[in-house]
Amino acid sequence: MKAFFNYISEIFRGFYSLLQGMGVTGKYLFTPWKYITQNYPENRDTLKMFDRFRGEVIMPHNENNEHKCTGCGICEINCPNGTIEVITKTIVTEDGKKKRVLDKHIYHLGMCTLCNLCVRACPSDAIVMGQKFEHAVFDRKNLTKVLNKPGSKLEANVKE
Amino acid sequence: MAEYKEILFHSDKIKTDDYLINMGPQHPSTHGALRVVAKLEGEIVEAVDPIVGYIHSGIEKMCESLGYHQVIHLTDRMDYLSAHINNEAVCLCVENALQIEVPERVKYIRTIFDELTRIASHQLWWCATGLDLGAMTTFFYGLRDREPILDIFEETCGARMTFNYNVPGGLMFDIHPNFQKRVKDFIKYFRKKLPEYDTLLTGNVIFTERTKGLGVLSKEDAIAWGVTGPSGRASGFECDVRKLHPYSAYPYVKFEEKLATEGDTFWRYKLRIEEMWESMNIIEQLIDNIPEGDHAVKMKGVIKLPEGEFYQRVETSKGDFGVFIVSDGKKNPYRLKFRSPGFSNLFALNQMVKGVKIADLVAIMATLDLVIPDIDR
Repeated sequence: MKAFFNYISEIFRGFYSLLQGMGVTGKYLFTPWKYITQNYPENRDTLKMFDRFRGEVIMPHNENNEHKCTGCGICEINCPNGTIEVITKTIVTEDGKKKRVLDKHIYHLGMCTLCNLCVRACPSDAIVMGQKFEHAVFDRKNLTKVLNKPGSKLEANVKE
Repeated sequence: MAEYKEILFHSDKIKTDDYLINMGPQHPSTHGALRVVAKLEGEIVEAVDPIVGYIHSGIEKMCESLGYHQVIHLTDRMDYLSAHINNEAVCLCVENALQIEVPERVKYIRTIFDELTRIASHQLWWCATGLDLGAMTTFFYGLRDREPILDIFEETCGARMTFNYNVPGGLMFDIHPNFQKRVKDFIKYFRKKLPEYDTLLTGNVIFTERTKGLGVLSKEDAIAWGVTGPSGRASGFECDVRKLHPYSAYPYVKFEEKLATEGDTFWRYKLRIEEMWESMNIIEQLIDNIPEGDHAVKMKGVIKLPEGEFYQRVETSKGDFGVFIVSDGKKNPYRLKFRSPGFSNLFALNQMVKGVKIADLVAIMATLDLVIPDIDR
């Protein structure tokens, strides 16, 4: 007889546990405006990413098309994946001295793991992390970028 | 099939009428490319053989050609759910080898991040467990609560999963000014939401009937197979590295090592829920007392370890994670070995499955909290 009552009470306890769970889901069903799924960020103009968000490596240029990269190659040494290639060239300055300057700063986004080691190691803060987060392209070669703009020069106040 | 019989279950034990079935490598409930071959007698599982290596990425070998500060970003990609704790393990190992004492501030921040990572990992595990057992609702509830943690990570570290926030000697950046406020807000929020998890799944009659007494792992087996983390503690194996060999700020906090004796699927589940409460207690003890100071010790650009062998254990959300470095005095490690908890936990599966139904194999595997890149590192 006792076993029978236990059996019956277990059935009711089981139903009660199901109702409790449905109470939680029901609460959200009837107040959906409080808890709504997030949309894909289509609001590009007003979208504010976190300051430290790491999207890609970029090289900021000032208004005179000048960057801070001296072509020292420390970022290339620090990169674990061979993402960065720094190509330098030697030019002759006005006072007749030979000088090594940056020719191309090549960045393979497809290989980059966004570990921030290059940015951390850069002695002249020439490269920073950009905030762009949509990198999908139709062709893989578009992921290889040259970070310094064509015709850009070294800023005058950067120490070498 | 002939090929299977040669490699599995020691071919002499295979009879002609044995039925072998493959679960995976493309099975949704294995959470990645893991293949489990089950030997069946009707619907009853007699033995299983997990076969790993489908997504082997060779991280240990890659580490041999990288410097010590470059190794860390690869550990993010092993157990991606406890990425921060993996990073910390390598950093602690390098710091011990060089005998560097990091500032107190670094220890506190690292511990807070460890516990946040643990909560986030257990939340995702809770989502996936519900999903494996047929409860779609849990997936959305767990991910909803994981979002604030990922926002905290993103604001301070700059990334949501692969942080690379620890560096040998400290942290990559100092914490964001909003960090403490956000963490406190989250703890307040999650203390309200965690009871919902219990109502939805822990107390649910279908879930309890399905999991209680299923896949029992004895304490002896847990110790013999090296099952650590909540899975081992559910069998009564006291294996919490945070208690046994305290590191970072764990000596300063009071917390309880949750233990159970049953060792079944339900208690492996239950202990993870209780660990989330403990993690919140640990964070609350630390978050207001972060000491002032530097966020890193000044290190050389190229780190060279002295010759020798160094080992460091930490407690990730899955269990005991170890880093073993053999150094020959150069800038790269001579050999770097990771002891990953997922690998040991998975191979104890054969001890738990004798006599269960094939459908319950999914439930047992769900509560082992398997992350395949951690196994196939």
